[in-house]
Amino acid sequence: MKRLFIATLVLFGLAVGMTYAASVYPEIPKATGEPHPEGNEYWRINHMDLLRHDRDLTVRDGIRDTDASLAGCVTCHAVNGSDGQPVTFKSEDYFCRVCHDYVAVRIDCFQCHNSIPPKMDKASLMYKGKTETFEVLLAYIEGLSK
Amino acid sequence: MNIPDLKLKGAEIHRRDVLKGGAALATITLAPGVTLMAMGNGVAAAANPGVRWGLLIDAGKCPSDCSACVTACSDEHGWENNGLPTDPQWIRKVTLRDKETGYENTLPVMCQHCENPPCVDVCPTGASFKREDGIVLVDRHTCIGCRYCMMACPFKARSFLAESITDQKPYSPRGKGTVEGCNMCVHKLDRGDGTTACVEACKATGYNAMIFGDMNDPESDISKALASYPSIELRADLGLNLGVRYQNI
Ligand code: SF4
Repeated sequence: MKRLFIATLVLFGLAVGMTYAASVYPEIPKATGEPHPEGNEYWRINHMDLLRHDRDLTVRDGIRDTDASLAGCVTCHAVNGSDGQPVTFKSEDYFCRVCHDYVAVRIDCFQCHNSIPPKMDKASLMYKGKTETFEVLLAYIEGLSK
Repeated sequence: MNIPDLKLKGAEIHRRDVLKGGAALATITLAPGVTLMAMGNGVAAAANPGVRWGLLIDAGKCPSDCSACVTACSDEHGWENNGLPTDPQWIRKVTLRDKETGYENTLPVMCQHCENPPCVDVCPTGASFKREDGIVLVDRHTCIGCRYCMMACPFKARSFLAESITDQKPYSPRGKGTVEGCNMCVHKLDRGDGTTACVEACKATGYNAMIFGDMNDPESDISKALASYPSIELRADLGLNLGVRYQNI
């Protein structure tokens, strides 16, 4: 009888623990766009190194045609607020903050970088993903004919 | 879950470079000081070492009541100057007055993009640097906001951003605690526009007081103008070899 009681307690404890665990683990917002070919785990662990590498290429060498750009990140990973507009880094729901708040790691990116997706005008053609190959081609042909 | 390789190795970075093509630059050393370089296919590195971007400003064509270039720069990069001494100012109109005759002349002054930039010499972190194509920039990722470069600059061309800001232009990130200044619209040049916001605005006014171009290319408008009319550098005595030249001052 005593044993059964303890077993019940343990089971109950586990159940509570699991519910608790499920509720504190950050709920990572789903992204739009094509998934990372390297897989999410890879990006979760290496995103800062990938970005740091490309940022130096862009700032120092002027190479803007990089694989990773912050503007690209914030575009696919935008989280819409109740008004249907993407929320800024100020919001707790912001993609990066969901995990960064959880592990208490501060990020400085958005002190300088805009945290919402750039407007898709002609000025930001370079931020467009590979899916718009057709438009990129058109722009290229247009450039040639100048 | 399949996690093949979670470590970012040197080889991985290399693979990414090669895939990009743009950064794939093979250098073979033939003899000390002699190298053979081969560019990968695809987009060449945007900051081309063969280019020296420059500006030629004709003060004689620049009326005192026009500040289109200043407004254009402010709009393009999102900085705002409300007249406070701490407000950022990437470009400003300066008035010169001949004390003897009272003749007044105005001209825009911005970062002069020196060949030998004092701001780069003094920067303790390497944040202030010169690109291969002669543009002098601040890498805000490494800027610690010490403002040595502001002290070193003979042209007062750099500003310190003292306030938190939001809603930056995506192509011109800027933030509190770092130093900033004219970047010759690198985002436009890297995109292939071949001009800057201030020069476009000056053209639009019809005054045509500014010419932008590659000073290394003898066929460019700026090189031709420099070769046919007298021009000066500000503080030529410092021997900095500036990327911005003036006429009629
Ligand atoms: S303020 Fe920034 S860019 Fe200027 S010298 Fe200091 S670290 Fe370098």
